[in-house]
Amino acid sequence: MPGKNSIVIKLVLVITFFSTVIFAVTLGYNYYRSRVILQNELESNARNLAMSLVNRVETQLTAVTKVTEGLARSLETGNYNEQQLLALLRRTVENNPEIYGSFAAFEPYAFSPNLHLYAPYYYRKNGKITFEGLENSYIDFPYPYWDWYQIPRELGKLEWSEPYFDEGAGNIVMSTCSLPFYEEINGKKQLKGIVGADVSLDALTELISSVKILKTGYAALLSRNAMILAHPLKDAIMNETFFSIAEARNDPSLRALGKKMIRGETGFVHYTSLVGITSWMYYTPIPSSGWTLAVVFPEAELLENVRKLSITMAAMGLVGLVLLTLAVIYIARTIIKPLQLLTTATDEIASGNFDVALPTVSSNDEVGILTHDFQLMELSLKEYIRNLTETTAAKERIQSELKVATHIQESLLPRLFPPFPNHTEFDIYASMVPAKEVGGDFYDFFFIDDNNLLFLIADVSDKGVPAALYMMVAKTLLKSEGQRLGEPDKILRSVNNILAADNESCMFTTVFCAILDVNTGTVRFANAGHNPPLIIDSEGVRYITMKPGLMLGAMTDIVYKTESIALKPGETLFLYTDGVTEARNRNEEMYGEQRLLEAMQRAPKEKVTEMIHYISAEVTRHADNAPQSDDITMLAIKITKLVSPLPDPEGAEYRLINSAVNNVNIEREGRSA
Amino acid sequence: MCVFAPSLSAEAIPVKNASLMPLWSPQAQFAGYYVALDKGIYARHGINLKILRAGPGCSPVEALQKGSADFVIIWLTTALQHRSADTPLVNLAQIIQRSSMMLISKKTAGIKTIADMDGKKVGLWEGDVSIPPRTLFARQHIKIREIRQSHTVNLFLRGGIDVTSAMWFNEYHTILNSGIDPEELNIIFLRDQGMNFIEDGLYTMEKTLDKDPALAAAFVDASLEGWRYAFDHPDEALDIVIKYMREAHLPANRMHQKWMLERMQDLMTPVHPKGALGQLVEQDYDAVGRTMQKSGLIQSYPDYKAFVWRDDAGKK
Repeated sequence: MPGKNSIVIKLVLVITFFSTVIFAVTLGYNYYRSRVILQNELESNARNLAMSLVNRVETQLTAVTKVTEGLARSLETGNYNEQQLLALLRRTVENNPEIYGSFAAFEPYAFSPNLHLYAPYYYRKNGKITFEGLENSYIDFPYPYWDWYQIPRELGKLEWSEPYFDEGAGNIVMSTCSLPFYEEINGKKQLKGIVGADVSLDALTELISSVKILKTGYAALLSRNAMILAHPLKDAIMNETFFSIAEARNDPSLRALGKKMIRGETGFVHYTSLVGITSWMYYTPIPSSGWTLAVVFPEAELLENVRKLSITMAAMGLVGLVLLTLAVIYIARTIIKPLQLLTTATDEIASGNFDVALPTVSSNDEVGILTHDFQLMELSLKEYIRNLTETTAAKERIQSELKVATHIQESLLPRLFPPFPNHTEFDIYASMVPAKEVGGDFYDFFFIDDNNLLFLIADVSDKGVPAALYMMVAKTLLKSEGQRLGEPDKILRSVNNILAADNESCMFTTVFCAILDVNTGTVRFANAGHNPPLIIDSEGVRYITMKPGLMLGAMTDIVYKTESIALKPGETLFLYTDGVTEARNRNEEMYGEQRLLEAMQRAPKEKVTEMIHYISAEVTRHADNAPQSDDITMLAIKITKLVSPLPDPEGAEYRLINSAVNNVNIEREGRSA
Repeated sequence: MCVFAPSLSAEAIPVKNASLMPLWSPQAQFAGYYVALDKGIYARHGINLKILRAGPGCSPVEALQKGSADFVIIWLTTALQHRSADTPLVNLAQIIQRSSMMLISKKTAGIKTIADMDGKKVGLWEGDVSIPPRTLFARQHIKIREIRQSHTVNLFLRGGIDVTSAMWFNEYHTILNSGIDPEELNIIFLRDQGMNFIEDGLYTMEKTLDKDPALAAAFVDASLEGWRYAFDHPDEALDIVIKYMREAHLPANRMHQKWMLERMQDLMTPVHPKGALGQLVEQDYDAVGRTMQKSGLIQSYPDYKAFVWRDDAGKK
């Protein structure tokens, strides 16, 4: 099975991943926008709700304020006796259902010089309007020291008190609206007392507590000290302030919020509500009492619909993603399956089975085309392999034939050294390394009678099989004519006439042919266009200068000339073909005659075998692994001893040799010049 | 002391009835006594203690004189005044070691020193508790417009007075939790004005002490043990205090009580190197006595040894 890199897995991963990302981003943005829209709507809704509540509370408070102010004006303008005062207070409570109780509390001795404190109070006790003398109600703490008295007295203006439990008189939690009233004594305004009206906090907060906002949202009321007056946290009412809760939570931001509220600011904030729920709150002051009304919307409930919608969308998206993934898997599989079959088939082909059937693909898509191309390729491969097999077989046959030819050619040349163990007068050694399987060079030596050894070296133009065949002919002719004629010039002339007579392929051969009289050391030789041999004697190493002669096979009736030299014991004649001097290295530099001459000077001269091996090694070294372009053939013959040497070195033959050597030198000087 | 005492006392000491009247209604200012009562520490010391109702209209000294309370908590100044008026009361232990009374004004009023209060409206409580500020004003020859203040801070918050008397452990925190930050207030501790009129102490009548000194000793030991327990277990102590507040139908704000308990711990921590919990340090005593005498609040004050029943109250 394919691994992690399978196209199916890649496709599924990439498509699913990007689809998921796109979907998640879309969903997230949708949620975020919905939230913002809801929040904007919420602010105006919250403001409307809060303002309507404020108005309703404010209406009640304003009514009470008006009544209290009216009361003060009445007491300042009218001259009320005790009975009238009591009736006024009683009427005030009777006529104003929102008022719980009403009082007129006098400064010490202000009502009557005989009376220290006087503060008549009418209030609703169990539904009945009841009278109480506040001067008697607070035994431990006389009324002039209560906030509702002291604060308007000191400030000289109307005040709504912090809600308090009126222990001793009203015995409920109330807030008192009170203001000072004055009398004029000698044109001077003097404080006479404080009038006031109580409202029941319960009656006020009932309205606020009854407001239902979503499931757990609520409206709350805070006093000027941020005391909690109405709140779902019942224990906190009249007990905790916004600030004590902030302290308990160790939340400076909540304290900062509380400070804004008691300063009478209006705001819309996102915060953690006092019941510990992340919520939105709109707060605004109630103008007459300085209290703060707040409406709280729990965020989770507000966003519930958005959340539900988002969850539904997420679920739909998830199902969609699963379906999409399945579809991708299906499509990928249908694409991949023929590819997998094709892969199996090509694996077979790769292992050499060209007859495997490729899957049939009916579709005309890329895979179909690919399969079709594969079929064509398979056919071409089959055809090619068949051709290759045939060609290889043919080549192998030729190779083996050539190998046989090589053997035959090798066997044609004398290869047994020393060839004549019973002739101790001379040493002879030769080697032929063909450039191809078969070569055009050859050498030969044989006795034409008891004392005369014919030795020759030849180089057929061209190489390979044609040269080898030509060489066979030349060699055979040279041998038969050599034995018949016994003189080099005659031999060459005769062979030339035979070869040139019927030379349609226009092939030639150079030959250096020599005959050694083993008794005297005299060498008679003729040359048919071959390289001049080297002579190594007591005077050193030099090339022999010879009369030029045309190569064999070019044209008939060529006359060759026999020359002769006399070799003394220890002297050597070295024959070679142009494969030696024209051996090239990689820079196309030829080995050359000069190098050969110098190499020969260094070469060991004791044994001809070693000499030839040394020259061979030198040539190989010069070629430096460059491919051998021509056959390399060498032959060396060395006189060891002579039965009847020539008597006088002053003899004519010697001069001939000398003149030959001098001619070489002259010729070489001329060439170099 | 505590290792063997409980088992011994449980067996050997017969249970005696006794009563205590604190200075005010239940709150953390008296946490030690309510904790000792609730945790059975008084019982372990052989006392069946009743903590009497206190607060507005209840005078601990009167209760002591009338014999309706065996033990009371009153201020040292109050005690010296009554001793000077020949009420034979004895200091059993000095609970508060540093005066916690302070004069607070809003920064906007620009009152930074006592001298700045000259001619200003200053809220003072009724009775003995106004002795320290009055003495201070007299000493600095300042005439203030004295306004009697109630137990709420609203008169001050609304601007009816410029300066209010406050206890560090109580009204100060109420002001903070009415939305005024400490940075918005100028605060003068009376103790920093040479008026270290150390407050709450445990007192009894001489005759009560003479009748049963062991009872007094057990009462002091149990009370201090109650305090130590309260400081070691503040949450439990607050639970106990709030329980008694609810029983007395008082609004109970836990953060406020927590503040009060923590400040009580600060105030009860001995100031002098040789001081101990509950010990009235002679030097502090003399300072208060001398100042009061100079101010004409008392003619004379008794010798430390005569006033203090035991100068090693907390050491045992």
